[in-house]
Amino acid sequence: MWAALEILTQANFWAATIRIATPLIFGVLGALLCERAGVLNLGIEGIFVAGAMSGWLAVYLGLPLWGGVLVAALVGALFGLIHGVLTVPLGLSQHVTGIGVTLLATSVAYFGYRVAFPNVATPPRIEPFSPLDLPMLRDLPFVGPILGQQTAFTVLAFASVAVLALVLACTPLGLAIRAVGDNPEAVEAQGLSVVGLRIGAVMAGSALMALGGAFLTLSAFNAFYFGMINGRGWVCIALTVFASWRPGKALVGALLFGALDAYQLRLQTITGGAVPSQIFLMLPYLFSIAALVLVARRADYPRALMKPYFKGQR
Amino acid sequence: MIRFVPRERTPVWLTLAVSVGAGIAALLLTAVPLALSGAPVLSAFRLMVEGAAGSGFAFAETLTRATPLIFTGLAAAIAFRARLWNIGAEGQLYAGALATVALGAGLLELPPALLVPVVLVGAALAGAALLLVPVFFKMRFGADEVVVTLLLNFVMLLFVQMMLEGPMKDEMALGWPQSAPVLDEATLPKLVSGLRLHWGLVLAVICAVALHVLITRTVWGFRIRAVGENARAARYAGLPVGKAMALVGLLSGGLAGLAGASEVAGLKGYLTADLSPGFGYAGIVVATLANLSPLGVIPAAIFIAGVFVGADSMSRAIGVSNYLADLVVALSLLSVLIGGLLARFRIVFVRRETA
Repeated sequence: MWAALEILTQANFWAATIRIATPLIFGVLGALLCERAGVLNLGIEGIFVAGAMSGWLAVYLGLPLWGGVLVAALVGALFGLIHGVLTVPLGLSQHVTGIGVTLLATSVAYFGYRVAFPNVATPPRIEPFSPLDLPMLRDLPFVGPILGQQTAFTVLAFASVAVLALVLACTPLGLAIRAVGDNPEAVEAQGLSVVGLRIGAVMAGSALMALGGAFLTLSAFNAFYFGMINGRGWVCIALTVFASWRPGKALVGALLFGALDAYQLRLQTITGGAVPSQIFLMLPYLFSIAALVLVARRADYPRALMKPYFKGQR
Repeated sequence: MIRFVPRERTPVWLTLAVSVGAGIAALLLTAVPLALSGAPVLSAFRLMVEGAAGSGFAFAETLTRATPLIFTGLAAAIAFRARLWNIGAEGQLYAGALATVALGAGLLELPPALLVPVVLVGAALAGAALLLVPVFFKMRFGADEVVVTLLLNFVMLLFVQMMLEGPMKDEMALGWPQSAPVLDEATLPKLVSGLRLHWGLVLAVICAVALHVLITRTVWGFRIRAVGENARAARYAGLPVGKAMALVGLLSGGLAGLAGASEVAGLKGYLTADLSPGFGYAGIVVATLANLSPLGVIPAAIFIAGVFVGADSMSRAIGVSNYLADLVVALSLLSVLIGGLLARFRIVFVRRETA
């Protein structure tokens, strides 16, 4: 029993919590940006895969690490453009199109990887982001070792939370994005382009999602594996509802999920095989479902979410 | 300026042309990455066609692969008709497969005439049960079924792995986690001896016809369509929306469960955790290609199955990754969505009015 509680006092546990949460922070921010503008983006799972693969491949081919990050973001934005064009001006089903984008992005990434590396037994590696290890942080009690293990990529995730929160809450652009997801007619009346705003938001959101994937191959690990995303994208869609489409709450949700995932991994070693490992591995998914069901009644969905808008038509 | 003018009704030939055109467009688009990968494009496509339909044996293999896709395609078609976004056919397939092994691998000793139906009903109920949970969450709490069904896929796969490493593990299998084989009495017989094709295909076609009749000819079919077209209006008109949704959940999950039963009891003979290479997700593509028509699901499933079988064969011959098949499948889905616009709208070019 004590051992189960003692986990919470380990710096390693908290460091892992932040590491697991980082890709989800990017994913939830991306999903909420799309949905705030009125577009559900189920391409997220595939965009994670494409971001993970393209960012890693760019670095493997010689680009610096931040170059890989940029490539991943651009690839994400490209898939966002596909999803945006199909669902906004063409008004196609956001559910089915999103699944289509996930299938497309995943198969492009897998096929591309196999073309680049037809027969490799062990996945090729890169030199990933190294821990920050700042002198003044290192010596802090308890917090030092936790923060010391994080990389600059994680800092980018936390910074993105602040930037997106500020942009959405305090800028005219943020107001326009929120309005286009709540009341597109009003945006049109202001002389702004509903189509442009929505596609732009979906592209930016998809770029953020791709960064979540790239974090896995450029910071958390050093290689690309098939099946490495494993539902992380879908978890982000659930956490977005849990976070009521707010960047600050998205951070809380991602950290909660990260803590749960880190905790179950450590609990597995304590129970020493008495409980099947799959029970623990199910917990994060079941937690996401429970979180979604609990907040669903109170959830304040963007009012025009999944409603296509056509000019001059009511 | 281009305007989309809704068509009052879409001619049948146009709907068919859109589906066929989407398949062709997907194959043409795939030529781009294929050429970029340095493969000989034309011979790759020739090898794919030969691999999928070049001989009776090859086509039988395609039909074998189409069998689970018909089931999952029907599962998606009926659910999407009612705007129930069941993306969980993959998990429901595994639930059905698990039930098949639980009932058919020695628990019950019955003659085939009884055991086969018992196993099939059990598998359908298991699949349906897994979908009725998110349907209940949707109706009772307003929880989005897309995310819940998606996440349950991962939960279900972990559950299968747990059962295969634990209570359902076949001790005879050397280390590899797999279930005990299903009894001969629970096995779906082969259609032609010497081929892998089995009675699951016949069952799938019967299900497609039955679903077609249900949707077009019965009161419940009308209610399901009404709920799909406008749930609020349906409720206002006094239609039993909750019951209709429950029925859709039962049918959709049940059909996906049958896909699992058919694969285990008709093809593999036992359950492993890699039973399905994404049949559940491919079912969504099949249903969309078929324009959500149950009868259309059959040719759509054969097309998608042909792409997979052909790509496998092409991959063995010239070493191009068979992930190419997934690319064709994804592009088919996006193409048919875009093509569907042509079926629903007339595109009119109008001169911009000068102010």
